[in-house]
Amino acid sequence: MSLEFNNEQMTEFNRLVAHYPEGKQKSALLPVLHLAQDSFGGWLPTEAMDYVASLLQIQPIEVYEVATFYSMYNLKPVGKFVFEVCQTGPCMISGSDNIIAYIQKQLAIKPGETTKDGMFTLKLVECLGACGYAPMMQVGKIYREHLTKEKVDAIIVEYRMQIVALN
Amino acid sequence: MSEQTLFKVTVDNITIEVPAGTTILQAARQIGGAVAPPAMCYYSKLEGTGGKCRTCLVEVSKGSEKDPRPMPKLVASCRTIVMDGMEVKNITSEKVIDARAGVVEFLLLNHPLDCPICDQAGECHLQDLSFEHGKADTRYEFQRRTFKKHDLGKHIQLHMTRCILCYRCVFIADQLTNKREHGILDRGDHAEIATHIEKSLGNEFIGNVIDVCPVGALTDKTFRFKNRVWFLKPMDAHRDCPTCSGRVTLWNRGDEVFRVTARKDEWGEIEDNPDGKPGWICNTCRFDKKHTNDWIIEGPRAISRQSVIAQGHYAGNVGMTQPTEIFKAVNDGRAPHLLMDIHNESEVNLPSVRLSEIEGPSHGTSFNNNSKNA
Amino acid sequence: MGVKLLLEKANVPGIRTYDVYRREGGYAAAEKALKEMSIEAIVEEVKKSGLRGRGGAGFPAGMKWSFIAKPEGVPRHLVCNADESEPGTFKDRYLMEFLPHLLLEGLLISSFALGSNDTYIYIRGEYAWVATILEEAIIEATKNGWLGKNILGTGFDCMIHVHRGAGAYICGEETALIESLEGKRGNPRIKPPFPAIQGLWMRPTVVNNVETLAAVVPIIKMGGEEYAKIGVGRSTGTKLISACGNINKPGVYEIDMTISVEDFIYSDEYCGGIANGKKLKACIPGGSSVPILPANLLLKTAKGETRYMNYESLSDGGFATGSMMGSGGFIVLDEDQCIVKNTLTLARFYRHESCGQCSPCREGTGWMEKILQKIELGKGESSDIDLLWDIQRKIEGNTICPLGDAAAWPVAAAIRHFRDEFEWHIQNRALSQTSNFGLQHYADPIHVPA
Ligand SMILES: Cc1cc2nc3c(=O)[nH]c(=O)nc-3n(C[C@H](O)[C@H](O)[C@H](O)COP(=O)(O)O)c2cc1C
Ligand code: SF4
Ligand code: SF4
Ligand code: FES
Ligand code: FES
Repeated sequence: MSLEFNNEQMTEFNRLVAHYPEGKQKSALLPVLHLAQDSFGGWLPTEAMDYVASLLQIQPIEVYEVATFYSMYNLKPVGKFVFEVCQTGPCMISGSDNIIAYIQKQLAIKPGETTKDGMFTLKLVECLGACGYAPMMQVGKIYREHLTKEKVDAIIVEYRMQIVALN
Repeated sequence: MSEQTLFKVTVDNITIEVPAGTTILQAARQIGGAVAPPAMCYYSKLEGTGGKCRTCLVEVSKGSEKDPRPMPKLVASCRTIVMDGMEVKNITSEKVIDARAGVVEFLLLNHPLDCPICDQAGECHLQDLSFEHGKADTRYEFQRRTFKKHDLGKHIQLHMTRCILCYRCVFIADQLTNKREHGILDRGDHAEIATHIEKSLGNEFIGNVIDVCPVGALTDKTFRFKNRVWFLKPMDAHRDCPTCSGRVTLWNRGDEVFRVTARKDEWGEIEDNPDGKPGWICNTCRFDKKHTNDWIIEGPRAISRQSVIAQGHYAGNVGMTQPTEIFKAVNDGRAPHLLMDIHNESEVNLPSVRLSEIEGPSHGTSFNNNSKNA
Repeated sequence: MGVKLLLEKANVPGIRTYDVYRREGGYAAAEKALKEMSIEAIVEEVKKSGLRGRGGAGFPAGMKWSFIAKPEGVPRHLVCNADESEPGTFKDRYLMEFLPHLLLEGLLISSFALGSNDTYIYIRGEYAWVATILEEAIIEATKNGWLGKNILGTGFDCMIHVHRGAGAYICGEETALIESLEGKRGNPRIKPPFPAIQGLWMRPTVVNNVETLAAVVPIIKMGGEEYAKIGVGRSTGTKLISACGNINKPGVYEIDMTISVEDFIYSDEYCGGIANGKKLKACIPGGSSVPILPANLLLKTAKGETRYMNYESLSDGGFATGSMMGSGGFIVLDEDQCIVKNTLTLARFYRHESCGQCSPCREGTGWMEKILQKIELGKGESSDIDLLWDIQRKIEGNTICPLGDAAAWPVAAAIRHFRDEFEWHIQNRALSQTSNFGLQHYADPIHVPA
């Protein structure tokens, strides 16, 4: 894994930093960590955080403090597709428990685990602002809403096909 | 120089005048005694501290002369500035006593209560606080939080389970060093202090985190032949130090220096040097000068704080010498709450265990073995 | 049909794009404000409109704007709070997703009124695609001269920046949001100083909710006085409600705050009744942190009067028998729902989202969760209920920021109104694992079929 932004990523980095006044480049930390996570395989190893610190000219501790605070940053490797299923009140009363149990069964993993082939990670998360479309989960940047068992099956197949197509 | 504006403020029925800009806590400390709210996170010499632990909550029953309305909620006295004519209730407020008991319970919830084996015992603010405000026993029946073990190197010992997240060490590491190197990781109930503090160990002054830590989360690893502080005699001493003022307190037994700390005032804060700057001491003075002939002894240090150290021994009525007179006077004759009995918390606290006879570092197993034999 | 001010055009095909939005009369209010109105006049209209903050606290927007400090030579900032993380709330997402230009127009007018040349939208990190929609809209608006330098030749410069959060409910609290925008942990600040004096980068800052800022557009268009005529009492204008839970038609609705709770739940225009022919048991009317109400207290106040969907009526009876408008997250629970389980998920939420700065919230939220978990698993003891009550009481009001209160209130209200359900759980440990306490006497008296 190369821990440096390529040209395209660097352009994006510069665009992100340009949103903040001179000398306030630290403000770009959250967006830049998103960029780093997307660029470096879906998680943030220490080297990635140190790299971000050097780019933003801040101390590494300032990055660690932040990366460990926010729930969207993965500090451990994750599967290619992370199923982040909402389990908060409104989703729970709309049947998220069944969906979570079903995903566990279909993928044979528990929350927090990754399938052996490194394809899927299951994560239980709190309200994602889609309560009216419950039960729901987030996969990467998109929301999969109104989940049913059939829909879960179809989604798993869909991602498996994506990988097959890529290879 | 221009005249300083003075504000009149009343705390627990005692009125004083303080300069504008003074916090309620500082005003109450000027009155002294039990009127001063306990402060676990605020540290007057560290900018930005306070507001977090909530032990210093007080009731403002009158906002000011101009706007006499009471404040709707209890406020953190360490971060609230007095107004002219303000009236504050600390120990005279049932609400405050109740809320504070709650805060103490919260602070102790995940605290290991390993006082018997903790180096801070006897000078721990949390211990004092729980004597004064705590409940007799815990209502918490769940497993306490645990953390991964971290080694901070040869000078500082970290016990993360004891940390109350006061952020003092973060502020001091930030304010005494020129680079940010220390911080808090994670959030909520599993937040912990960063162990990158070891990087800051290169800093000549980082040892001061030990003195500002209100509990036994950061302690002195070089504390020779770990001992209970109340067996040691504090002596004021100094040396000619190129790095710091060299003004310290030595903790001796006989001719042996067991530990070196900065000099602390009655609030447990580091005293100012004669030049008015806080008397932080350097690592060399703290960790490396462990012979009496390294130092010029000035004389015994008066321990003014109502702590167990002042009593010279541990057994018996620990912490019972509250300034009861003043407390009763302002509190309609009610006596202070003294509820937690440390002897019940662990068998090693039993008076039958003679702490001075334990050899080597005082860790759990040596205590337990001893108590079994006793 | 109630009045629609915000979502009126939401269903026009292509309204997300600048061209359609403009063709439908978009940016006319911005033109009016920037070209014809003074800053004072704009603030005055917002004051007259009686618009109250839509983020949860309901603080009058015009008044908030007038507090902003204006020291010479120091830039000021407007920050749009699009963190929307309160369970049950998804109205801001809808607005931004479908009507991004409405928000931008509101932001432009408000930025002009507050003198903010760099305005930030702090959007929750999970709404990644919504951030993209907003960024595209910003590019369109800039191309068409509504953002950038010397807008409409007025000499006013304004740029809007989208800043994505990264998963932290606490960043909805305005000072935590500011910290986060500065690239730090989302630890709420200790106030004072307030953001209006020292906010983002220690500069004077106003933080407003997405819906609040979008509502500035109709206010300028129709005038504050006209706007204030809609609704009732101090609940002026329209409010977005995101309805979810066990109803037939979950979704985002715009109401004019004169409609009764009963009509909102049962009419076909809105929620369309309880799903699957079940009965209403309880409702959390304003986002997960406001007190839950049993059906009988939801539809009628304790005095027996009809309860309406507005600030005053929803809070009628205080916390004893009322609730709050909050963020407009309307969560409906049917007869099959277990109050203990529901309270547990909310307690878990607040424990998960506590920043951990102050001891009552850091320690108390986890403690409450553990006790609720114990009761839920059929291991509760009767003393647990009083213990829960005592813990929530010791958190409430004693913390740095209102998250402590937000964590305490749901537990308090659940015990206050559903104590017998908690007791049933504790007394029927085995049974509670396989069956449900059900409706008991909470059913709404009107809709129970004979
Ligand atoms: C824990 C907590 C979370 C909050 N979350 C949000 C939020 O997601 N969106 C929001 O607009 N306001 C939220 N608020 C309220 C904001 O602090 C602030 O009052 C609001 O953004 C002001 O805007 P308004 O006056 O337009 O409502 C939250 C407050 C607290 C204490
Ligand atoms: S280690 Fe000590 S000083 Fe640092 S936060 Fe914890 S209790 Fe406070
Ligand atoms: S109340 Fe909770 S979220 Fe708010 S500052 Fe305290 S610990 Fe953080
Ligand atoms: S509760 Fe699941 S998205 Fe809100
Ligand atoms: S000392 Fe005031 S809150 Fe900690």
